[in-house]
Amino acid sequence: MSARAPYYTEDHDRLRETVRRFVQREIAPNIDAWDEAGAFPRELYAKAGELGVLGLGFPEPLGGLPCDPFHRIVVTEELARVGSGGLVAGLMSHGIALPPIVALGDEALQHKVVPRVLRGEAVAALAISEPDGGSDVANLRTTATRDGDDYVLRGSKTFITSGMRADFITVAVRTGGPGMAGISLIVVEGDRPGLTRTPLSKMGWWCSDTATLYFDECRVPAANLVGKENQGFLGIMQNFNGERLAIASMAIAFSQTCLDEALAWARDRQTFGKPLISRQVIRHKLVDMAQRIECTRAWLEQLAWRVQQGQWPIADVCMLKNAATQCLEYCAKEAVQILGGAGYIRGAKSERIYRETKVLSIGGGAEEIMKELAAKQLGY
Amino acid sequence: MKILVTVKRIPDPVEPPKFAGGQIDTSSAKWVQNEFDEYAIETALRLAEVGGGTERLAEVVVVSVCPATKREHVTNFLAMGANRAIVVDADDTQLDAQSVAQLIAAVFRKEGADLLVSGKLSQDNESNEVSQRVAGLLDLPQATFAASVVWDRSANALQVAREVEDGVETKRVPLPAVLSVDLRIVLPTSVKNGATPEGHPYPDKPRLASLRGITMAKTKKVDVLKPADLGVSVGAKVVSRGVVAPPKRQAGKIVASVEELVEKLATEAKVL
Ligand SMILES: Cc1cc2nc3c(=O)[nH]c(=O)nc-3n(C[C@H](O)[C@H](O)[C@H](O)COP(=O)(O)OP(=O)(O)OC[C@H]3O[C@@H](n4cnc5c(N)ncnc54)[C@H](O)[C@@H]3O)c2cc1C
Repeated sequence: MSARAPYYTEDHDRLRETVRRFVQREIAPNIDAWDEAGAFPRELYAKAGELGVLGLGFPEPLGGLPCDPFHRIVVTEELARVGSGGLVAGLMSHGIALPPIVALGDEALQHKVVPRVLRGEAVAALAISEPDGGSDVANLRTTATRDGDDYVLRGSKTFITSGMRADFITVAVRTGGPGMAGISLIVVEGDRPGLTRTPLSKMGWWCSDTATLYFDECRVPAANLVGKENQGFLGIMQNFNGERLAIASMAIAFSQTCLDEALAWARDRQTFGKPLISRQVIRHKLVDMAQRIECTRAWLEQLAWRVQQGQWPIADVCMLKNAATQCLEYCAKEAVQILGGAGYIRGAKSERIYRETKVLSIGGGAEEIMKELAAKQLGY
Repeated sequence: MKILVTVKRIPDPVEPPKFAGGQIDTSSAKWVQNEFDEYAIETALRLAEVGGGTERLAEVVVVSVCPATKREHVTNFLAMGANRAIVVDADDTQLDAQSVAQLIAAVFRKEGADLLVSGKLSQDNESNEVSQRVAGLLDLPQATFAASVVWDRSANALQVAREVEDGVETKRVPLPAVLSVDLRIVLPTSVKNGATPEGHPYPDKPRLASLRGITMAKTKKVDVLKPADLGVSVGAKVVSRGVVAPPKRQAGKIVASVEELVEKLATEAKVL
């Protein structure tokens, strides 16, 4: 494993081993049932918090443990082994909800929110997308109006991961004029009067809850504002970089899970009196999967290395997100094909992953939007 | 109180062994920690800690005989929560159980430890002898195959339950002593130190190294000693004449009826 790429040390191997065991103990035996039930238990946050998985990459004074981008890749790869994107999205929804608070929020807000979430005692969500538009973040319509020591929120958000169970929601709101210069981020506690939420049922990611949130004269203290008024847009955009790298990492990890399952199946399955893997057509499919995975992973690791050096190559991150989600769409399709009927039946990891490909090429910035952003960054 | 815990590195038991030159070829093996030693460290940590708090009733020191540069398994135990480690730098693949026992006994003496906790066997050769030999060399009381242990701190003694063929035997062992543990020792209520609250939610397995533990492990002290530093000259008195793979299993036969099965068991397998 450590012979794989120069970025990994014994430390990463040890992290991998501990997360792998955690996944085997706590998640693998239950994941199919959780997915069918449409939820995983809240205790899992506490268990992951105790192990330190939730705190990875957050500052130590807030209960986290600083790390490099490769630690994150390792954790994603190991969580992905059970083949449930819903689990990763739900368990790690704080990974998109907390960074703006850590980057921009004042100390009081950080201490109120972050340590409890990292211990797994509270759940955090990020709410940007709205019923009227997800891609066009700069024109979001939910408003927050200052009233004395409070802000009053009006509007709605949709497709929000962990939206039903979140105790803290980092909400993008309009506090100023039109466009990106009028946007702020504010933390809304789950039990604030005026907030109602309804669950959405989805193609995939079943064990992760996804919700529409309605803010009807929802009043929150002004102290919940993240950073300065009307300066939220940059925070949102910076947060997207991390999210997109994480999505790429997930997509590659799930591609690998598809390949692993398809390979094991091809070795085991006999057709016309011979193992499936003895057929050139099948072997070539497997190689096509492996080739895409290796290329994309090498790019991911190279970008992770650049991030480690303090760069944020935005165009590359956008293109990588697309490459990785295309890799996943390909691998999931071919894995299901190799598994045949068994790949269409619930219980196969590839079946679930197949239903979970699209959310990765839509969420966190859709494929078309990624191309537009990359083109702009590259000056095309 | 000072508890010494042994850990042995073994070739990953999940991977099929390779054979070369009449021996098991470990040159390309992935080395992992012996699982029974994970039970030992878990036992030691449960004895030492006050569950749920940060107070420690004992120091937990890990000892391993292995090449000084091949000690990932030792770091793993530090990551689980041991305080520090001692590595006896030697090629463990060339040592027999008596040499290993001599080295561990010497470390025990040097440290002035109060308790040695070992796994009852190592999964590679399953010989189950090191802890007994150490007890013999140190002339200390021992309890092997412990399934549960209660530390009576006021009496400076352990009460150990051992699962034996005809039931459970309970022994009272005054400290210092040697303990070897069986897998039931990691059940949630198997280890009691009189300080951890009853009902503390221990898992039914050895703990996982937390991410913080992994980070801390690198800062913990590891002493590297040579066998000569301990005044032990090692070598193998037991000579291995050869190791061969068992014959490949023949393919099974599908029989058409119970009658045919019985007939084949009687005439071919000759087990009836
Ligand atoms: C399961 C799930 C979980 C999610 N979780 C969250 C969450 O936790 N928080 C959150 O804020 N959001 C979340 N989202 C929302 C997600 O980020 C949005 O769905 C995404 O940004 C796209 O927005 P939209 O759905 O409104 O599509 P639209 O913006 O309406 O776009 C529809 C399609 O048109 C394309 N398109 C749009 N504009 C252009 C253009 N100018 N040129 C060319 N093509 C264009 C898009 O690429 C897309 O293919 C989640 C979504 C899903 C499905």
